[in-house]
This record gives sequence, C-alpha cells and structure tokens, in this order.
Amino acid sequence: MWKFLHRLASPPHFYRIAINLIPWFAMPGLLLLAYGTYAGLFVAPADYQQGDAFRIIYVHVPAAYLSMMAYMIMAVSAGIGLIWRMKLAHAVAAAVAPLGASFTFLALATGSIWGRPMWGTWWEWGDPRLTSELVLLFLYFGYMALRNSIDDTSKADRASAVLAMVGAVNVPIIHFSVEWWSSLHQGSTLVRKGGPAMDAAMLYPLLAMIFGFTLVFGALLLRRLRAEVLFRERRKRWVRDLILSGNGKR
Amino acid sequence: MGPYGLYVWSCFALTAIVLVICEWRARTRHRHVYRDIEVRVKALGDTE
Repeated sequence: MWKFLHRLASPPHFYRIAINLIPWFAMPGLLLLAYGTYAGLFVAPADYQQGDAFRIIYVHVPAAYLSMMAYMIMAVSAGIGLIWRMKLAHAVAAAVAPLGASFTFLALATGSIWGRPMWGTWWEWGDPRLTSELVLLFLYFGYMALRNSIDDTSKADRASAVLAMVGAVNVPIIHFSVEWWSSLHQGSTLVRKGGPAMDAAMLYPLLAMIFGFTLVFGALLLRRLRAEVLFRERRKRWVRDLILSGNGKR
Repeated sequence: MGPYGLYVWSCFALTAIVLVICEWRARTRHRHVYRDIEVRVKALGDTE
C-alpha cells in the first residue's frame, strides 16, 4: 500500500496514469448525473411545502458539499506539502482551488435562486450559512491571488499553504452554522439521527447527484493536476523526453 | 414545474455551464503548458 502511494506521488508516474484514470471517474459520474437529473426533474414527486422549487436541491446540495470537500482537500494537501515537502501535495492544493471556487460559486448562485421564491429574497446577510459560504469563496480567491502574486513556486506553495490551513476553520463553521445559530436554512436532511428525512423517490436521485458530482469533480481534478504537474516539472528530464516522444499531449 | 420552472431550469443550466467551463479550462491549461514546453524543448534542440 505504502509502496503504491509512494509511486503514485512521483510526478512522472502520476502524469502517465492520470490520463487513464480520468474516464473511470468521468463515465460513471456522467451516467449518475444523467440519471439524477432525469429522476430529480421528472420522477421525484413535488415537495408538499416547496412544490417543484425543491428540485433545486439536486444541484445545490452536491455543489455545496463539494465546495467544502474541495477546501478540505486543499488544506490537507497544503499541510502535507508544508510538513513532508511532498511535491505532488502542493500541486493538488494548487489544482483544486479553482474547482473549489467554481463549486462554491455554484452553491451560492443556486442557493440564491432557490431563496428568491422560498424566502422572498435573493440574499440574507443575517444568515450564517450564506455568509460563511461567501467567506469560503473569498478564501479560495485569496488563496489563488496569493499564489499568483509570488513568482517563486516553492515560496508561493509555502505562503498559500498557511492561508489554506488557517482558512480550514471556516469549513466546520459552514457545516454546523445551522445548529449553532438561528438560520433560514433547514437542518441536516441526509446525515441525521434516525436516517434521512426524505422519501426514497426523492432521496435516490439526490444520492446519485452527490456521487455523480463527486466522480466528475475527481475527473476534473485529475485533468487540472496533470497540467499543474507538467508546469512544475517543465525543466525536468522526464518532461523533455515526454515532449520529444510525442506522448502526453492528451 | 409551474411558477418555479424558471428558477429550477436556470439552476440546472447554470450547473451545466459551470461544469463545461471547468472541463474546458482544465483542457486549455494543459494544452498551453504542453505547447510552451514543446516550443522550449524544440528551441533547445535546434541550438544543440
């Protein structure tokens, strides 16, 4: 196991196997998204309180969950890179940040669109989950801006790793905000005592969307990571050999 | 979808757009990095 992980952390090895891993994430991910979208829009019954507006849950919840998971991946990778100086770990942190920002934007935008018919407003500053999710978006922007402002890659890695790790405190705040403070958001629907508070006809499409989003996110991360690894290793012999052989263009 | 159709469809459309942009950006970034290195390696090869 450790031998496998050690080999995987080697940039040339990772670069070569990542392209073969992408379809294994993308294909089942897209199939799950297709099923989840169809079932969520056309099969699941309308909610007795929210009517058809509740169907926004099928994109809002996966986006919100991935916005937090991406940040945790970024913070843990940055920490590993900072402590154990693993090259691939900093590359993971750098590659995941734009994806995390995209999913955070998506969670905020779909939440805002959902809020208009349900709460009668696009935005509510007093809601702790909304504001803490917005802080998460700013943390992603800050991380990317800090990286881009430092030319030396190793210095950029170290400085941005500190920011990523400090900002991780916001993730549990987002998650538990609905329990700690008064919020417009409802409590947890899926992970709760006594099981999910949803009928199976509504639940299965949601689970399909969550797993589908996660797999597609994995495929996107692998694709971004290949570019990041190639950029960081651009002066290495293996990259020169790769270019001269004509492989690795995909 | 009744009165909520515009809200629901706009969310799904926005999600599709964001996913497509993420994929496109990842591919473009890889292509640019690869091309830059290719130019440099070929330039070095010409001078050797």
